[in-house]
Amino acid sequence: MSGAVDRVQAPFGTREVVVSGTEDAGPYRVFSCLDAAGPEPTSGQFYMLASSERWGGGSEERPYLPRAISVLAAGDRQLSFVLEVVGPGTERLAELEEGDALRLLGPLGNGFTAPPPGVRAILCGGGIGVAPLALLQQELVAQGYEVTALLGFRDREHAAGAEFLEAAQVATDDGSVGHAGLVTELLLAELDRDASAVIYSCGPPQMLEAVRAISVDRGVPAQLALEAPMACGYGACYGCVVKCADGSLRRSCVDGPVVEAGELAADWLAVAS
Amino acid sequence: MAVDLCGLELAHPVINGSGTFDVIAARRVFGPSMDENLPFSAFVSKTITLEPRLGNPPPRLFETAAGMINSIGLPNRGLAGYLEHDLPQLATLPVPLITNVMGSNADEVGQLLEALDGREEVAALELNVSCPNVKTGLDIGSDPAELTKLLAAVRGKTSKPLIVKLTPNTANVALVAAAAEASGADAVSLINTLRAFAADPARPGKAWLGGGTGGQSGPAIRAVALAQTCAVAAAIELPIVAMGGIASAANARQFLDAGALVIAVGTESFRDPAAAGAIRDELLELS
Repeated sequence: MSGAVDRVQAPFGTREVVVSGTEDAGPYRVFSCLDAAGPEPTSGQFYMLASSERWGGGSEERPYLPRAISVLAAGDRQLSFVLEVVGPGTERLAELEEGDALRLLGPLGNGFTAPPPGVRAILCGGGIGVAPLALLQQELVAQGYEVTALLGFRDREHAAGAEFLEAAQVATDDGSVGHAGLVTELLLAELDRDASAVIYSCGPPQMLEAVRAISVDRGVPAQLALEAPMACGYGACYGCVVKCADGSLRRSCVDGPVVEAGELAADWLAVAS
Repeated sequence: MAVDLCGLELAHPVINGSGTFDVIAARRVFGPSMDENLPFSAFVSKTITLEPRLGNPPPRLFETAAGMINSIGLPNRGLAGYLEHDLPQLATLPVPLITNVMGSNADEVGQLLEALDGREEVAALELNVSCPNVKTGLDIGSDPAELTKLLAAVRGKTSKPLIVKLTPNTANVALVAAAAEASGADAVSLINTLRAFAADPARPGKAWLGGGTGGQSGPAIRAVALAQTCAVAAAIELPIVAMGGIASAANARQFLDAGALVIAVGTESFRDPAAAGAIRDELLELS
């Protein structure tokens, strides 16, 4: 209950930070900031982000709400985020340049949990969902775990996202890089080779559902980092619910974004769309 | 800037709108700094119903120009769950607790008020009347006669201060407010969200939100809220808790100048949990 701390907790309220660097990686935009006032996040946690200037007044006179973005890298008070432009919020964030001010709230949500000692971690990511897996890989490698990274992308351009992780096997939908097909096919091959592992996954909902089904089918534990539209990121708005195995609708911001595959209802994806 | 809201002594005039801040979840996210920094002079719970509610299927949110539409569907543990799980945690807050309740008829509302009347942790009750009458389909709070009937049946069930949360989705909010005043309300609060439709970009004519229609909030509704606050202030003598798109101390000042005793911050807290604190601080400086 309330006494137990199950995550790195955030300072109360948003704080302003300054963008310290930006970089493009294919269609992805990376930006970093110095966050002197915040605690260091763990992989799988996220922040609510909004530009300090001109947040609003873009297409359809949006954005209005801050955007939930996973941490790509953290350390030495630096935070890095990666995003792909999909709407007015990410469009504005992608415009930020070095020296621009950014408001953030976080770190938020619960992060990934390391495997039992000696058990291999298989990271299975898709598209922009590779971001939290990059920080997870760093953490697990530093702790001496064997880590296998499997990443899926649409095409060669998007496969630039593979550079956020070390030594990743890549699958592309169009076969232009690596395995021609789904990243979950690489996952099945890895499990055939050695099923003693914990799966960590983040990516498009259809991919997460495929990983959930594989996890249940093969009896291999999986931790899934969910993405859901949310207004607040701290449990106030009840907008980001996902259907769980017990029939409840739980908030992915405070009861996630990382959930055990077995916690989700088998039809969670149908309910979410 | 201390105020007396029908017997509740509030340190300042800034509270939260029901359903826009969850202190129990916020304690998990922010730890002890949540209680230390709680920006509200009273805490209003989310709406509690007699039976548990799962809430609406997602999607539940739609961002608009200067605001958002929500279709959350009042998820809650029900009265028994509230008393067992939520109330003990809410009771430790450093400010008075106002419990918001809703029922679909006088019997349900009466049971809720009666059960909470005996709980000393609850300082006041707020009655959400944005609930459709099962027989007429109209929101109880949209019709002065319906509201009069409801309050006549339930007012005697509690001796605690009773705040009626008015709906803006009515022809004449001042008439509804006058009905509340004549029927024993101790205060009114307004406005609730404005009924709104979010069109699914991929399916012409279809609703984006899982619950069908939703409620618009945020700065987009502020001018409407201000107009309704003025109209209600001109019609009744009861204290008014005003809200609707308040995002700054200057906004808050306008509502106070329009006749509100207390203002509530809602959607702006989604953008920053400390937003109400900044509004409070600036209001104190202005005064």
